[in-house]
Amino acid sequence: MEKKTFSSARVTQGFGFMLLRLITLLTVIPILGLVGYIIAKGAPAINWQFLTTMPTDGMRAGGIMPAIVGTLYLTLGTAIFSVPLGIAAGIYISEYAADNNATRLIRIAIINLAGIPSVVYGLFGLGLFVLFLKFGTSILAASLTLSIMTLPVIISTTEEALRGVPNSFRVVSTSLGASRWQTIWRITLPQGMPGIITGIILGLERAAGETAPILFTGASFFLPQLPKSPLDATMALPYHIYVISTQVPGMPIQIQYGTVLVLLIFVLGMDLTATIIRSRARARRQW
Amino acid sequence: MKPIKVSGDSVISGVIKICGYSSILFVTLILLFLLREGLPALWNVPLSSLVSTIWYPIEGYFGLLPLIGGSLLVTISATLIALPFGIGTALYLSEMAPRWMKEVLKPVVEILAGIPSVVLGFIGILVLVPFLRTTFNLPTGLTAFAGAILLALIAIPTIVSISEDALNNVPPAYRQAALALGATRWQTIWGVTLPAAKSGVLTAVMLGIGRALGETMAVMMVTGNAPVMPDKWNSLFLPVRTMTATIASEMGEVANGSPYYQVLFLIGILLFLLSLIINVTASSVSTRQRKRAERILS
Repeated sequence: MEKKTFSSARVTQGFGFMLLRLITLLTVIPILGLVGYIIAKGAPAINWQFLTTMPTDGMRAGGIMPAIVGTLYLTLGTAIFSVPLGIAAGIYISEYAADNNATRLIRIAIINLAGIPSVVYGLFGLGLFVLFLKFGTSILAASLTLSIMTLPVIISTTEEALRGVPNSFRVVSTSLGASRWQTIWRITLPQGMPGIITGIILGLERAAGETAPILFTGASFFLPQLPKSPLDATMALPYHIYVISTQVPGMPIQIQYGTVLVLLIFVLGMDLTATIIRSRARARRQW
Repeated sequence: MKPIKVSGDSVISGVIKICGYSSILFVTLILLFLLREGLPALWNVPLSSLVSTIWYPIEGYFGLLPLIGGSLLVTISATLIALPFGIGTALYLSEMAPRWMKEVLKPVVEILAGIPSVVLGFIGILVLVPFLRTTFNLPTGLTAFAGAILLALIAIPTIVSISEDALNNVPPAYRQAALALGATRWQTIWGVTLPAAKSGVLTAVMLGIGRALGETMAVMMVTGNAPVMPDKWNSLFLPVRTMTATIASEMGEVANGSPYYQVLFLIGILLFLLSLIINVTASSVSTRQRKRAERILS
């Protein structure tokens, strides 16, 4: 009797393990399939001309250069606003903030910022930057909108990276006569830097791929020339993909896959960089 | 020399403190501007119109129910699809996978998290939608179900990574005790580890729901953009439209300050409040559980 229950538990375990393996396989294979499929379909479209020339014939021919440049501008613009602010806020929470209600409120605010739907950021950007501050639909308005969306990622990863620095580092630095800021600037921040950079890249990666926040704040479907100032609207890869896949009849399929592949390389390239920085830092860490 | 340094230090500390509070400022600003643009809808559009089932703004019908219904249908279906895959993968990664397998599989799941939603929408249109149309013999593949599948893909990485953290945080002593009492590894996972990580897994699922509810582009591209009430038995296989998709697809066409514009902001307020509730609940569940675990283990 006892032996029988034992073996039926074994059979259940066999089934359970098989099920978990199957589920994991069913989760992982579509991801790899998706990426592989886009690479296979998009690679033939990509050449130097595709990357460096203006589109022609109502997007149906030519290159996607302005969309690539626009995405670079937006990513850079987002970095300019969100990186210094996000790191400073992360430093405050990790190094200065006391464990009190005000800090708890900051944490709740960060959690909320992280959870607000991207299209709601778009509405907010429209209300504040485009209309109230009169920036118009522009790179500036879109970058600021994306910055606020990126902020919680950078704050949280900065905080986490700084918390990972052992307290003894701070104690030793302070005991040698360094001020609080000197300790942060010379000791804590450099030690936490790999984690912070990883967080920045992951945050910017998300901003680079977003469409909804820039829909009404800065994206434009077609511009005959590159934007000349931050107050101009811009083309961008994600928005371009949306338009050519839903609104342009007779769009050659190869150009569509090519554009998707360029965005995917851009975004996953950032992902890969972040992963490499993180694992290298982990291998080199001495504490 | 010294006083200058000290004052420099306090200036920097002041700046950092201001930056630290910036997230509170931004959340307040977001709420303020949504209210400023959206609240007037409540007196410019009759309430009876807002709670009706017809969304046809050009004729002045601003019924929000089909949009809310669309969001609920797509989000709930997506969660039901994502749940077994997300938790199953997290269990495999945390309890079964050898170390090298973990190192391979975790980045793959992170790739999915990094794929922009517009790319998923694109593949949805070109691959998933035709597939659904022929497989289920539908008049159009642009359905709530297509949206649910894409949203499940978007929710899965969130569910996997947070559940896996929760499972890893279960003290090894729990597992050792169960195994020492003669439980099989499967019984340990099912009867001890998973229940011990329950609240973390719950948090993961809630955050996954939050992501699915707020997702815009992928859903807009594959659900067919039809603002009809999803009240039929086969609504899952009919076109719908979510709240997010409505804002994204219509905001470009409305006159600033018109009632139509204000109603779109009102939908934004609803989305803001829903995400607020989901995220605060999710985080309070996880902190409460952590505190209890600390008490037990200390």
